[in-house]
Amino acid sequence: MYAQMIKSEATQDDPEKLAAFQARIDRGEKIEPKDWMPEGYRKTLIRQIGQHAHSEIVGQLPEGNWITRAPSLERKVNLLAKVQDEAGHGLYLYCAAETLGVSRDALTEMLLDGRMKYSSIFNYPTLTWADMGAVGWLVDGAAIMNQVPLQRTSYGPYARAMVRICKEESFHQRQGYHLLLKMMAGTDDQKRMCQDALNRFWYPALMMFGPSDKDSVHSAQSMAWKIKMNTNDELRQKFVDETVPQAEYLGLTVPDDGLVWNDARGHYDFTQPDWSEFYNVLQGNGPCNAERMAARRKAWDDGAWVRDAMLAHGQKKAARRKAAE
Amino acid sequence: MDAALECVLRQADNALVLGHRLSEWCGVGPVLEEDIALANTALDLIGQAKLWLEYAAEVQGAGRTADDLAFRRDVYDFKNALLVELPNGDFGQTLLREFFFDAFHLPWLQALTASPDARVAEVAAKSAKEAAYHLERSAETVIALGDGTDESHARMAAALAYLWPYTGELMVDDAVDLGQDAMPLPSSIRPAWDTTVNAVLAEAMLTRPDSDFAHTGGRSGVRHTEHLGHMLAQMQFLPRAYPTATW
Repeated sequence: MYAQMIKSEATQDDPEKLAAFQARIDRGEKIEPKDWMPEGYRKTLIRQIGQHAHSEIVGQLPEGNWITRAPSLERKVNLLAKVQDEAGHGLYLYCAAETLGVSRDALTEMLLDGRMKYSSIFNYPTLTWADMGAVGWLVDGAAIMNQVPLQRTSYGPYARAMVRICKEESFHQRQGYHLLLKMMAGTDDQKRMCQDALNRFWYPALMMFGPSDKDSVHSAQSMAWKIKMNTNDELRQKFVDETVPQAEYLGLTVPDDGLVWNDARGHYDFTQPDWSEFYNVLQGNGPCNAERMAARRKAWDDGAWVRDAMLAHGQKKAARRKAAE
Repeated sequence: MDAALECVLRQADNALVLGHRLSEWCGVGPVLEEDIALANTALDLIGQAKLWLEYAAEVQGAGRTADDLAFRRDVYDFKNALLVELPNGDFGQTLLREFFFDAFHLPWLQALTASPDARVAEVAAKSAKEAAYHLERSAETVIALGDGTDESHARMAAALAYLWPYTGELMVDDAVDLGQDAMPLPSSIRPAWDTTVNAVLAEAMLTRPDSDFAHTGGRSGVRHTEHLGHMLAQMQFLPRAYPTATW
């Protein structure tokens, strides 16, 4: 999963250095951890990669909600492996952020005290088994739209993490889609679950790309730095164009009366999500914000004694080894 | 029930129930690496359960599938040891339960590789590789937590007191074990288990309890704990609520 609404940091560096840096980016060179970089670039990337990492970790929760209720052994293994992949993505991304000089623990503290955010989508509940299909298909699908271009992002460690993540995300998306295909070939109850899942996840998935470009104030600098590769509206349109035929193939109805193919544009016209809902979710008023944060805080607090013990054991072991020498 | 079938179900249910318990940790582990490792172990165990259940379904010959056996049996037809159905408790209790099981599971699977039943030997050989890794990891973690801080030591001592009476059942022979020849007697694993457990508890600064009392009733299905029914209610919800659906 990915980052949204990343504010680019203003930068106050030597204009000559800045120009040389921008020239490197314009030539398509990768910026590596030891290279000089503007403070604003570093801070914006920390915020973006950190938010992306947090999204992976918080994103484990809505799907984790169904691991113990998966309806077959195979589905259980697939879902568990998928959620485990997300933890792995979190790990690569925290490592990428660490190359910018911020520790994983520091980022976690910032998530838990509200200084950093995670993607709005994970504040929605997963209510039936079809949601596991809808999350894979729509949520991972939207994430892929955003992340595929980021494989070419200017910051080397982020680009390389993204290559690996994209491979797994596209597998997850197919898995989600197949789950729905199977259910749509099933009973009326199963079909109803699928339609209900699409109804609930369609607009939240569109919101994942962030507000409309005309309201998105942070894009220009990030795009110049190639840490944002496309505008929000471009990506949202691409997602709608690719997803609508997939919904039709499933036999599902996209919950948008305004959805219509526009021949002149060569794209679908569609209704924008309710942006007041989006801003509400960002402000903490989504259906699951409180639960998600409480679950993360509890995991972190409950795990404190384990982390302390492992550290203490490591130190004791090292001391014993030294004493034995 | 046929003794050979029951023995296969015992392997399947140990793996399924413990795998399910470990999967409950997904997303809420104490540190990301542990979260991933617990999910790995859970995946291995559920994979093993699938292989055993497929074989059990064949042995049973009643046209049922591995999923039928996992999702449509009630408590008294489950044949897992009580130890693996106990609630996770804190991370230390989860890992200590895992360690007690792994210390049995690895030598047990190694012994099963010599089974005259080729299928049993085959599944055991595949599973033993995974169990070796599980044991290495759970033993290391138990040592770290027992040795770590005053708090972690106290938590591990409490987990040990709670879990200890449930360990013995893994190695108590009953009529089913005696009535078949595809698998060795569980009691034959006792010396290996004792050696591993004594060494790890000592290194973890934990004192092995004196008592050899063992709760039983899981492997026979005669008297499970109350915890298993709740686990099944959750695990089996969809196939039970929508009996004609396939997923």
